[in-house]
Amino acid sequence: MAELNVAVVSAERSLWQGTAKSVVAKTPEGEIGILPGHEPVLAMLVEGPLRVEQSDGTKLLVAVHGGFFSVSKDSVNVIAEVAELAEDIDLDRAKTALAAAQAAGAENEAAAIRRAETRINVASVAKGLR
Amino acid sequence: MGAQLRVYRRRIRSVQATKKITKAMELIASSRIVKAQQRLDASLPYLNHMLEAISAAATGASDVSKHPLMANAENRTRAAVLVVTADRGLAGAYSSNAIKEAEGLIRNLADKGITAIPYVVGRKGVAYYKFRERAMGGTYTGFTDQPTYAKAKEIGSDLLDAFFTSAAEGGVDEIHIVYTHFVSMVTQEARVRRILPLEVVDEIVEKSENPSPLYEFEPGPEAVLDGLLPRFVQHSIYSALLMSAASEHAARRRAMKSATDNAEELIKTLSRQANQARQAEITQEISEIVGGADALSA
Repeated sequence: MAELNVAVVSAERSLWQGTAKSVVAKTPEGEIGILPGHEPVLAMLVEGPLRVEQSDGTKLLVAVHGGFFSVSKDSVNVIAEVAELAEDIDLDRAKTALAAAQAAGAENEAAAIRRAETRINVASVAKGLR
Repeated sequence: MGAQLRVYRRRIRSVQATKKITKAMELIASSRIVKAQQRLDASLPYLNHMLEAISAAATGASDVSKHPLMANAENRTRAAVLVVTADRGLAGAYSSNAIKEAEGLIRNLADKGITAIPYVVGRKGVAYYKFRERAMGGTYTGFTDQPTYAKAKEIGSDLLDAFFTSAAEGGVDEIHIVYTHFVSMVTQEARVRRILPLEVVDEIVEKSENPSPLYEFEPGPEAVLDGLLPRFVQHSIYSALLMSAASEHAARRRAMKSATDNAEELIKTLSRQANQARQAEITQEISEIVGGADALSA
């Protein structure tokens, strides 16, 4: 079966590269799943988890904080401004950050709250998988 | 010990202490150049993927040249100049070169009737403009030796905000960035780049074996372009900061190397003079003893 070549890059570094069976990402219009043979797509990403099912069946979760992804000829490039692999997320720190952001007032810290929530969400889902 | 000799010895000790410091700074700077370069390299995949995506989106979007980030306003009156300098000194002419370049640019813009507002990165630049009591659009300090993307984003969103405000209300029509290009370990030069409005380059696409596919855009080509271009601007700022950081370390390494060399030279001269003084003292003592003995025996 054909496979997807996936590359996840953030502004500061290249995060992950490998082959995968499927990729599920979150766009402003909802979740989109990519399987091999998908038509070329260039889509925006909103904050949320990016799920990659690797060729060997293990699942990779990445917390993506805004960005893009492009699909062409079975290669998927995820271009995220800020992204973290689930295993790199410090759950306690994210929780503290969330509490701090909520305490500071919801309006000006909306972005920070969303960021922290995405992190917590991704990290806890990843924990459940293991 | 004679007074003269004591003075020399004290100066040698002080120069030696300074030499230790400059030597350490030199070593630290050399290791940081490599790190800064690695960070620059690590940010390249993002840029390449983004350029691909931008060209795809630009092909899909209806009229790119009308995009607010690309459109050239007819009457430009105000410009932002982002000057990247160092937080700390002891880096030779690094900061002053960048400032000089920026001042040249500001004068050029003034000749064209454009008022330039400096946005300054680095304490050295901030001090320069503050001392001259010149208004700054924004100041960013505390990260020039290890810039992060978050900082670049902060600067970028400030500049984009200014760009989207009309000139009459204190916005700007152009954004220039003055950074120090890392040519090699020994050569760095201050450069000017205009980052906004973006220039549309009509590339003649050669018939390659892999033509760019017809993308499906989500939500739409214009919306994707709207999202991509500001990120491109932010990334340009980020890479300018990284490039300048590498240059700053290289400039510091060179400055500290010549300081260390000078200290060595100084120590050499001083020890020669100290030896001479010691010799003179001994000679004097001997002649005093001989003179005293002569006086006794006579």
